Amino acid sequence: MATSASAGKLFSGQETQQSSAISPTKLIWRRFLRNRLAIAGGIVLLLLYLSALFADFLAPIPHTDVHEDYVFVPPQLPRFRDKEGNFHLRPFVYGLESELDRDTFRWVHHVDYDTIYPIYFFVKGYEYKLFGLIPCDRHLYGVNAPGVFYLLGSDDLGHDMLARIFKGARISLTIGLLGVTLTIICGATLGTISGFYGGALDTLIQRIIEFLMSFPAIPLWAALAAAMPATWSPLQRFFAISVILSLIQWTGLARQVRAKVLAYREMEYTTAARAAGASDARIIFRHMLPNAFSHIIVVATLAIPGMILAETALSFLGLGIQPPQISWGALLKQAQLVSVLLQQPWLLIPAFFVIAAVLTFNFVGDGLRDAVDPFSL
Amino acid sequence: MQRFIIPRFLYMFVTMFFVSIVGFVIINLPPGSYMDVYRAQLEAQGTTTTERQLETIIRQYGLDQPIYVQYWKWISGFVQGDFGRSFAYNKDVSELIWERLTLTMLISISTLLVTWLIAIPIGIYSATHQYQPSDHFFTTVGMIGLSIPNFLLALIFMVIAAMVFDQSVGGLFSPAYEDAPWSLAKVWDLLKHMWIPVLVVGTSGTAGLIRMMRGNLLDVLKIAYITSARAKGLPERRVILVHAVRNAIHPLIMILGTSLPQIISGATIVSMVLSLPTTGPLYFNALLQQDMYLAGTFLIFLAGLLVIGNFLADILLVWIDPRIRYT
Repeated sequence: MATSASAGKLFSGQETQQSSAISPTKLIWRRFLRNRLAIAGGIVLLLLYLSALFADFLAPIPHTDVHEDYVFVPPQLPRFRDKEGNFHLRPFVYGLESELDRDTFRWVHHVDYDTIYPIYFFVKGYEYKLFGLIPCDRHLYGVNAPGVFYLLGSDDLGHDMLARIFKGARISLTIGLLGVTLTIICGATLGTISGFYGGALDTLIQRIIEFLMSFPAIPLWAALAAAMPATWSPLQRFFAISVILSLIQWTGLARQVRAKVLAYREMEYTTAARAAGASDARIIFRHMLPNAFSHIIVVATLAIPGMILAETALSFLGLGIQPPQISWGALLKQAQLVSVLLQQPWLLIPAFFVIAAVLTFNFVGDGLRDAVDPFSL
Repeated sequence: MQRFIIPRFLYMFVTMFFVSIVGFVIINLPPGSYMDVYRAQLEAQGTTTTERQLETIIRQYGLDQPIYVQYWKWISGFVQGDFGRSFAYNKDVSELIWERLTLTMLISISTLLVTWLIAIPIGIYSATHQYQPSDHFFTTVGMIGLSIPNFLLALIFMVIAAMVFDQSVGGLFSPAYEDAPWSLAKVWDLLKHMWIPVLVVGTSGTAGLIRMMRGNLLDVLKIAYITSARAKGLPERRVILVHAVRNAIHPLIMILGTSLPQIISGATIVSMVLSLPTTGPLYFNALLQQDMYLAGTFLIFLAGLLVIGNFLADILLVWIDPRIRYT
């Protein structure tokens, strides 16, 4: 690839000297940047992770705050024009009056067009710790005391959906990363051993992989999740779920790494390294894994969306993340009934975040796959 | 060919044996058992005669003995068609599962057929129209189809059906036919209800297949024999459909074995949302209530389907692709 790149530069008559020194990483990065969809996906993904990181800053109300008066408030849009048609430079929301409907026993919210609560930015609010370390009490937006501002509505306990979605993102978005890390460690190690040493060890590992693959994924995950003792702490559950999810996932990666290593074993450079007296470990870590690394990263990126979906499904069924912990799947649990959805459609908003995360991971993964392929132009 | 099939067939049984062991252990992992719950219920009712029945059950399944004895008692009954007892339903498991398994298989196989019928033509079309707007359109639709969780799609379908058609779409039968014996009218009623679960479960699979078919065909089209087929003047249609597709479809057959279990696996959650009388809801309830024999039987049946599916796919692959040596 480097030679063809330098040849191209040669014809255009520009610094031949420099371009012949482009590293493979730079070439991959260049090809990746050419893929607009992957770039857009990467940006959205970055925003999603940032919103999870700064969840406390972005939400005006703590996600655990219960408001009996503001149950099932529909999303409130910031307004610029009041009922007299005057334009306000500072956006505002109207006040809400809650009333219990005596016939249906449901809280009904009327918009009070006479009270106006301007939205202030970088307001002081509840205290939290930024990155878990720095004490902080600033929030991106908020309204003054008696007013409320539910940008994405509220749920059956008057929780702010926006705060819950961003807090839930912390679990939903990291469980895939953790699961994939375990998948890479397990899959790459066993795949390399299997391909490099061959023989009985290879057969054994391949049989184990085939065996694990003969379990239906979701029922097996559900059975394992159901086996978690109820006494486990949220952190233990979180780790256990990612272990459960990677339990099947690593098999696919191990097979692909094995195939790669089998091919590399026959390459001249491996023979050369061996002739130069390199140890097995050196051949594996210096020559084979760097070659397979880009491939592993692609497989891993494309495995994350599957894990996010799996966690969502498990939590949706009540087998995954348990309250008071929240994840997108756990949030969607309350949107299980059609009757609820018809009356409170905004409870489905977390689903769009799931779709966005999965879609963008797929875009980025696809872009990476095309970028690391040395035969693509 | 026989030299390939027979060992492969025997190997299938070995796998099933290990699957049954691991499945049984996993189902038994949760601390406590349904017997404790059951006994507590009975004690609350103050019945004493059932205490003896309880003793009989415990002795019959060896529930007071170590787990390998329990496993042995269960598996030796399993091969004779006695799958144990569902404590939650107070019935034999074999009474509960057959109809549900049949419906599950019916939905899964229809889904598989629909998926392939939709995906392969679109995949071929996308590959032959690479980077044209229509290809981009199908790629985007496919990506979205892959990204929407199945259960969410089921919810959306139900909301649309409730809002637009003003009908409920849950279940597989109209109330009139729910408990009716099988008849032509009931089959027709089933077909009328079945298209929603089939569509919902099929979406992600279809999207995956389209992408795979497109990629494979593009790879095959680069091979020299396609150029030579074109060079000798074959019509493009024949080059694609007869020469290229036949070779591009092999990897798809390889995943045929895994796609059926994936469909069954995905259908479990969809059937929870759509409240279908299939294995899904029964399985999850059994897990939550620690109704271990019921859950275990389902897990083993589902795994069995997967193993058989893989076996059939392997044979099919060897049969249609002479390049594969059976070793």
